[in-house]
Amino acid sequence: MKNKSLVSITDYSKEDYLEIIRVASEFEKNPIQDILRGYVVATLFFEPSTRTRLSFESAVNKLGGRVIGFTDVVTSSVQKGESLKDSILTVANYSDLIVMRHPIEGSARFASEISKVPIVNAGDGANQHPTQCLLDLYSIYKTQGTLENLNIAMVGDLKYGRTVHSLIMALSEFSPTFNFISPDELRIPLEYKVFLDNKGLKYYEHTELEDALHYSDIIYMTRVQKERFSDPIEYEKVKNAYVLKNSMLQNTKDNMKILHPLPRVNEISTDVDTNPKAYYFHQALNGVFTRQAIISKILGVK
Amino acid sequence: MKDKTLSVSAIKEGTVIDHIPANQLFDVISILKLDKINTQMTFGTNMLSKKLGRKAIIKIEGKFFEVDEINRIALVAPQAKLNIIHDYAVTEKWVVEVPEEIIGIAKCVNPKCITNNEAVVTKFTVIDKEKVALKCRYCEKVTDRQHLVVI
Repeated sequence: MKNKSLVSITDYSKEDYLEIIRVASEFEKNPIQDILRGYVVATLFFEPSTRTRLSFESAVNKLGGRVIGFTDVVTSSVQKGESLKDSILTVANYSDLIVMRHPIEGSARFASEISKVPIVNAGDGANQHPTQCLLDLYSIYKTQGTLENLNIAMVGDLKYGRTVHSLIMALSEFSPTFNFISPDELRIPLEYKVFLDNKGLKYYEHTELEDALHYSDIIYMTRVQKERFSDPIEYEKVKNAYVLKNSMLQNTKDNMKILHPLPRVNEISTDVDTNPKAYYFHQALNGVFTRQAIISKILGVK
Repeated sequence: MKDKTLSVSAIKEGTVIDHIPANQLFDVISILKLDKINTQMTFGTNMLSKKLGRKAIIKIEGKFFEVDEINRIALVAPQAKLNIIHDYAVTEKWVVEVPEEIIGIAKCVNPKCITNNEAVVTKFTVIDKEKVALKCRYCEKVTDRQHLVVI
């Protein structure tokens, strides 16, 4: 992983996932370490994403590194019409690693080809967000004690949700069974079903939320966004059908945990928040440890 | 059949590209950059063909293609055949083959892809040679034959 960019979750192997999990759990036990002293990490956010940026900056700061960068294009020379190429070539002179988020898909891969320092993709449009995927893996591992042979329910927007797609790719290395629960309009794309078929993995599709909850180890919730529907009436019909309520959790497994990449709107009722099976806020904290692990491995200090 | 033999043997040294779909002739010319070649060339199009309906043919004097170079046209003319001519006779026949990787020929179908927004050369992995499905190295979206646009 040393000096290698992380653009897409498939840039890492199964062994890499497990190594990130191992190092992240080290950081969880001992999050303040002075191992990045003298290192500069650039966070280039060509579109705002406060949560992701703060998580990265917190990770670097806790390890004694310094952060430079911008939080949106208004305060950068992109506003003056600078190309991505020029921005990357310039910032690569000032930093040891670049964390970037950009609305254009493929921008991070392109940056990794031209940059002399490694790139960590913090989201390129609807394409990839690999550090979110790794923190999801870490959260699953931590709550279940393993990644192998789990029963994973994915709920909501399975068509456009990039976190869902990346997680399917990553978990496919660990013999999972998937239950995909979504409205018809937002079903899991064919290419992922073909991928799972080729790997000989089991998956089931449902339209009713409660169908698969009682035998799941993980319920991965996502937001059903209004703008994804061509017909607003269709949205009105389904918007309340995929809301997880505390009363639905009665017959679920003891080890079951609920994950959500956040931000949540109304798809998890607030009465779930105090249920010990709700894990989404802790999941966000795991993001810091996971990003500490990713940055340390790439910079070669772990 | 006699006419075809005549037209093929009409060049002394060079290459004849046959079985190009008639509506793809200009894409083939552009992919092979034939507009930059100074030797004698003949283009025929809308010729009747049992296989393709209407086909086009290109005859280029004094030009021999590398395999990589010629396979680039497989995207738009997957059934194209090459006749290599020496001293008015066909000495070799090739069929084109869709390559593993396509660089800088096709446009990515995704308007939000970096290759459609900044000066970046397109790169695709061919994930289905028969149906021609190209996966973009950058945005990871798949461009199929129906949406294929030659740059």
